[in-house]
Amino acid sequence: MESRDHIDTTLNHLFRQESGKMVAVLIKIFGTENIEMAEDVVQDALVSALETWKFRGIPDNPKAWLYRTARNKAIDIIRRKKHSKTIDFSDPERKLLTSEYTLASTMDNFWKEQHIQDDFLGMMYACCHPDISSENQITFILKSLCGFSTKEVARSFLTSEDTISKRLYRTKEYFRKHKIRPRIPFPEDINTKTKVVLSAIYLMFNEGYNATHDDQLIRKDLLSQALWLCKSLLDNERTQLPEVYALMALMLFHTARIDSRISDQGELILLSDQDRNLWNKELIAKGSNYLNQSAFGESLSTYHLEAAIAYQHCTASSYATTNWKEILNYYDLLLTIDNDPIVFLNRSLVILELNGPEEVLKTIQKIKNHKIMSTYYLYHAILGEIHERLMLPNKAVEYYQQAIELTQSKLEQSLLRKKIGRILN
Amino acid sequence: MKQFMFLFKGGDDVWDAKSEEEQGAHMEKWMQWIGQMAEQEKYVGGERLYPAVKTIHPGGKKVTDRSFAEAKELVGGYITVMAETLEEATEMAKGCPGLQWESSVEVREVWPDEA
Repeated sequence: MESRDHIDTTLNHLFRQESGKMVAVLIKIFGTENIEMAEDVVQDALVSALETWKFRGIPDNPKAWLYRTARNKAIDIIRRKKHSKTIDFSDPERKLLTSEYTLASTMDNFWKEQHIQDDFLGMMYACCHPDISSENQITFILKSLCGFSTKEVARSFLTSEDTISKRLYRTKEYFRKHKIRPRIPFPEDINTKTKVVLSAIYLMFNEGYNATHDDQLIRKDLLSQALWLCKSLLDNERTQLPEVYALMALMLFHTARIDSRISDQGELILLSDQDRNLWNKELIAKGSNYLNQSAFGESLSTYHLEAAIAYQHCTASSYATTNWKEILNYYDLLLTIDNDPIVFLNRSLVILELNGPEEVLKTIQKIKNHKIMSTYYLYHAILGEIHERLMLPNKAVEYYQQAIELTQSKLEQSLLRKKIGRILN
Repeated sequence: MKQFMFLFKGGDDVWDAKSEEEQGAHMEKWMQWIGQMAEQEKYVGGERLYPAVKTIHPGGKKVTDRSFAEAKELVGGYITVMAETLEEATEMAKGCPGLQWESSVEVREVWPDEA
């Protein structure tokens, strides 16, 4: 008998990698009004694997085994539902599933490698519909395409399983009502539609990257899923857009530094204090590669510029030798694309390095009255930093304290407390 | 457009003698043949039948099993398609892959014709 642990590990790994693709294919077979049916088949295939492998051992090609099992279960369901109204067989793509003369071949056609990839991406585009809120988009992606359990999704969003179930329900209802047909968009729409997909991926990445989570495992999971989704876009000719390469580069640069951001004691370490030897050179090299590949076409996206900034940081030999001027250029370009107060705020940190605290205090006035700022912890943290450098300790402490109240992240809070401690001692 | 039925007869012995791979490849041809008609929106539907047979004879009392002599006449399945005329339907039926495996195809118009 195969060891239970070994089977569990193989299955978990496979499940994360393949369940989303299997779900996407099955949704194509059953229709978006039958997402649960698709998810149930995948779940059933997994249970069969667990039971069969326990006695017969893990097959030579576990992935093929899982796919074949899902395929056979889908055939069973089609045969059973042939005369019910659950599945819409009037659809030309499904018509040939109704006769035994064509069922098996039609079914096999659905499971061909190139179709699987297309269906998977098609599903990603389908759930990144502008009518679906971005948190519902990511919830659905994590659950249905990345094989997260409801519990894991809930932990990713720091919310209850109940909330996640409701979000999933709403998204499925939307699919059902509108009979959304998942597919990779036509060339004339691909740019706009990919933007929504990329922002969902980046949001997922940031959810993992930002230190809101104490749970390291969940964070790493989110990062690797975001990278994996972006990579699947890059693996398909139709979705190899400059912005996709740029986002991939950006995320790799961030990921390369992740281990140096948190100390062994679980505290956040600032960029200036990070041990650059810990940065993952392989990921930085990969990122640079993608950044080079992103330089085609006419679009200069925010991802290009953010990646260019991250590249400057990643390749500077020390904090002191960072090319702040170049970075400032990129920030200025960013602001011309999107006059985002948060970008402006981050830009002011560059001004602080280049021109000192007096100068930055002047520029930051520009966004002082922006309504996001009053509740944004980073704004207050930066003001704390500025006042600390201006040798105004009381004011600095005041700002830091406000920042502590405004962030949920325990890591950020403890970093800010450390700064206060540094001033008071 | 009128509806026609293609009745596939015989060929079971050939089918049984083939390997699973050969059968799979053969069904792939059926898929292409029917798929093409479906693309032209001429395919309606169809079913495949198992070879076990019981015949109830006139009067309703006598029931017999399939006899060997009838093997060539045994209906193995049917599909319904749309065509303008019996001649057009017959042309379509000539593409049936079963013809290569010793099946025959009987083409019949479905009654009544929906005018």
